Amino acid sequence: MSKLGKIARRSFLVGSVAIAGGVAFGYYSYRKPAKNPLLDDLTKGEAALTPYVKIDANGITLITPRADSGQGAYSVQAALIAEELDVALDQVNVDPGPPSPAYYNTALASEAVPFQSTDDSRMANSARGVMDAMAKFMGLQITGGSTTVPDGYVKLRVAGAVARETLKAAAAARAGVAVADLKTERGAVLLPDGTQIAYADLAVEAAETALVEDVPLRDPSTWRIIGKSQKRLDMIAKSTGTQLYGIDFEMDGMVHATVRTNPRQGGAMIGFDASIAEGMRGVKKIVQIAGGVAVVADNTWRAIQAANAIEIDWDAAPYPLEQEQHWEALSASFNDDQIDSRNRDDGDVEAALHGAELVEAEYRAPYLAHAPLEPVSSTVKVEENRVDIWTGTQIPRFVQTNVAKITGVDFDNVHVHVLMMGGSFGHRLEDDVVRQATEIAMQMPGRPVKLTLSREEDMLHDYPRQIAMARGRGSVRNGHVEALDLGIAMPSVIRSQMGRQGLPAPGPDLQIVAGAWDQPMQIPNYRVTGYAAPELAPISSWRAVGASTNGFFHDVFLDELIHAAGADPVEERLRLMTHDPSRKAIEAVAEMSGWGTDLAENKGRGVAFCLSFGVPVAEMIEVTNTEDGIRIDKVWVAAEVGRVVDPINFENLIQGGVVWALGHAMNCEITYADGVAEQDNYYAFEGMRIWQTPEIIVRGLENAGDRIRGIGEPMVPPAAAALSNAIFAATGQRIREMPMNKHIDFV
Amino acid sequence: MKLNVNGTDHEVDVEDDMPLLWVLRDELDIKGVKYGCGVAQCGACTVHISGVAVRSCQTAVADVDGPVTTIEGLGAPDALHAVQEAWIEHQVAQCGYCQSGQMMQAASLLEETPQPTDEDIDIVMGGNLCRCGTYPRIRAAVKTAASKLNRV
Repeated sequence: MSKLGKIARRSFLVGSVAIAGGVAFGYYSYRKPAKNPLLDDLTKGEAALTPYVKIDANGITLITPRADSGQGAYSVQAALIAEELDVALDQVNVDPGPPSPAYYNTALASEAVPFQSTDDSRMANSARGVMDAMAKFMGLQITGGSTTVPDGYVKLRVAGAVARETLKAAAAARAGVAVADLKTERGAVLLPDGTQIAYADLAVEAAETALVEDVPLRDPSTWRIIGKSQKRLDMIAKSTGTQLYGIDFEMDGMVHATVRTNPRQGGAMIGFDASIAEGMRGVKKIVQIAGGVAVVADNTWRAIQAANAIEIDWDAAPYPLEQEQHWEALSASFNDDQIDSRNRDDGDVEAALHGAELVEAEYRAPYLAHAPLEPVSSTVKVEENRVDIWTGTQIPRFVQTNVAKITGVDFDNVHVHVLMMGGSFGHRLEDDVVRQATEIAMQMPGRPVKLTLSREEDMLHDYPRQIAMARGRGSVRNGHVEALDLGIAMPSVIRSQMGRQGLPAPGPDLQIVAGAWDQPMQIPNYRVTGYAAPELAPISSWRAVGASTNGFFHDVFLDELIHAAGADPVEERLRLMTHDPSRKAIEAVAEMSGWGTDLAENKGRGVAFCLSFGVPVAEMIEVTNTEDGIRIDKVWVAAEVGRVVDPINFENLIQGGVVWALGHAMNCEITYADGVAEQDNYYAFEGMRIWQTPEIIVRGLENAGDRIRGIGEPMVPPAAAALSNAIFAATGQRIREMPMNKHIDFV
Repeated sequence: MKLNVNGTDHEVDVEDDMPLLWVLRDELDIKGVKYGCGVAQCGACTVHISGVAVRSCQTAVADVDGPVTTIEGLGAPDALHAVQEAWIEHQVAQCGYCQSGQMMQAASLLEETPQPTDEDIDIVMGGNLCRCGTYPRIRAAVKTAASKLNRV
């Protein structure tokens, strides 16, 4: 048997056993180790000790399979491996690696089960185990759901440790000394006599050494990297214009393309007249693709100019044409036939509300575009029996599958090269741009085609965040919240999104109630019902997904009840909380903000809480009601993540997420007229600019032990609620709809 | 048509109305300058012409009347401009896509207003969008860059 064959046989998915909890039917066959994908491409002198560490004469490459859209994912994954491998971050290269089932995301699927993330019962963990197996079965190498750190926290460290101990075993064999006498430091094994052997030197021998698999992980007190601020690996490149993104990709012989497809998303093209465009400078080819037309030219701008010169006759939208009809569909969804889930039903809500003085309110949240600053792009080269794709994507495995289907080229001959992304926020969980580039490239075999969408084309086809509506009924008694009954109606994001990948999404969609049903609170009569609205405009995961709307609904309604009860907003939330780390998050923002101290007449403070993606986050916002409108002065945030891996990156992500959440809550919506989104560029959808940005003070809490969680999204859900609650405190005006600038002016 | 970019003369054969942005990116392969909106709403395409910040997506190449500086000409990884040093110290970037434009705008601001107030920063940097929301760090980095430049 060849050397590589031997390694393949004993290769194993590092950490899969350690992190998967519980036992369930059908589990074992899906837990068989996945093949180490690095073994396919090794040349002589290289060793791939685990799917995450590759060593050759040129150095050490850490494979960081979760994509980087700006959240620092590459750095944080590298830090986890490097901590155990004993290398410095300035000694390693990082590479996102090929799409492979070895890199499936276990943490993402764990959020799809109907157990609260604070629920550690055997039943809950066993269900999470089933979903882990599902994720692996389906090869979900997905970046999303704030899962990069939770997914990698154990398995990346194990990968580093196994590689280190195997390198030590190889060094021991070469030098004829005991492993116990060896140390490792900065990418080298130290022999007792002080001699250093670089890891790269040991690579080939290590590949022939039996993997040392049972390596205990180091105690956190000895960590050199994790928990300390690192200089992000991409920081110099991103500060000098030398970082290349998907849109910057170039190769010899490449042509530039752009597309126009029906702005009524999913609608067909009836016909087009390209006679003017055909004669424009630089135009090489005009081709029809699904739902539209593509222009291939020698320059991006010329392609866009020509595309805009094409007369196109678009077909109707496969959804209601006018925005008001979308709201009517939601409004009509609050009925028993459309109940999707009712996983929270404590006490007897109907009895408690019968005859009580009702507090009632209705809330709305609009469609929102993701609109990352880098428009989507993809370069595709189709050859007879091989396809190469260079693009920024969160779903490389889906891309590989879809391109194989479109081209008929064998799945294994479709190569996805993941490039740096200029933001995503969920946008690059879709792959239309790759499919379109593939359609064009198939008509130009052998030639690399870079497809770049114009900002307008991108925003018009930005499968938006779900539209959502909530209705609350509740009552108070003896100065406390007595009953809270919240119904939430929205179309299913998961069904819409999975449908585009040809995957079924059976059962209730918990995103309809995420951030509401699963709050660690005890109210005597407490019910949360999800209503599945019919599919309207196609929608997609937008930062924090269901909780991005539901955190607003749930906490603002709770705030209304607390005020009706005459209770203190902080005290009453603390009283209702059943989960100690969550309580500590609220206590933290109260303390940070000086809750209870006097404020000027025209100021107000609002607190909000939401647990999402397993992370309890409390936020406090202070606003001033000025002559020119509401000014947000300060935001305090406390988030419980179990372990802060990199404090500076953590602070930056939380601040950015608060800016994101507040900017959209104040200023943004996507609305449809004649089936077309009315906002197609930043002048109509600008989020927050620097002049509206408040001071944002962040505290990471580590009270939840080893329950490590990611922080890409959980700061979003409570932010809009805290703002609404603060505006109420300052003005007495209760804002129940986003964007809030429909109801009140901001400075 | 002649164009001086980062100290180098170029001869380009393009339409008069092609935006400077696309001449830089697709004709001269200078990729630090970014396309974000195409309508001067986001600032990702900011470059200097004769030292002053302009939106290259709305500057027809025929209207360029002075030397062009892009982020690559402001400083390099081994020879950083004070603004870039400050950006690295504060670890401003998340996705980083807007940051070339942010730094070019900031360098121009500091050229004209060596000690900007918070209000100056809000006004001048207000045309540069950051979808990741790094504004708190941008504010701090502009101030750090100002003190670095004033020290020289």
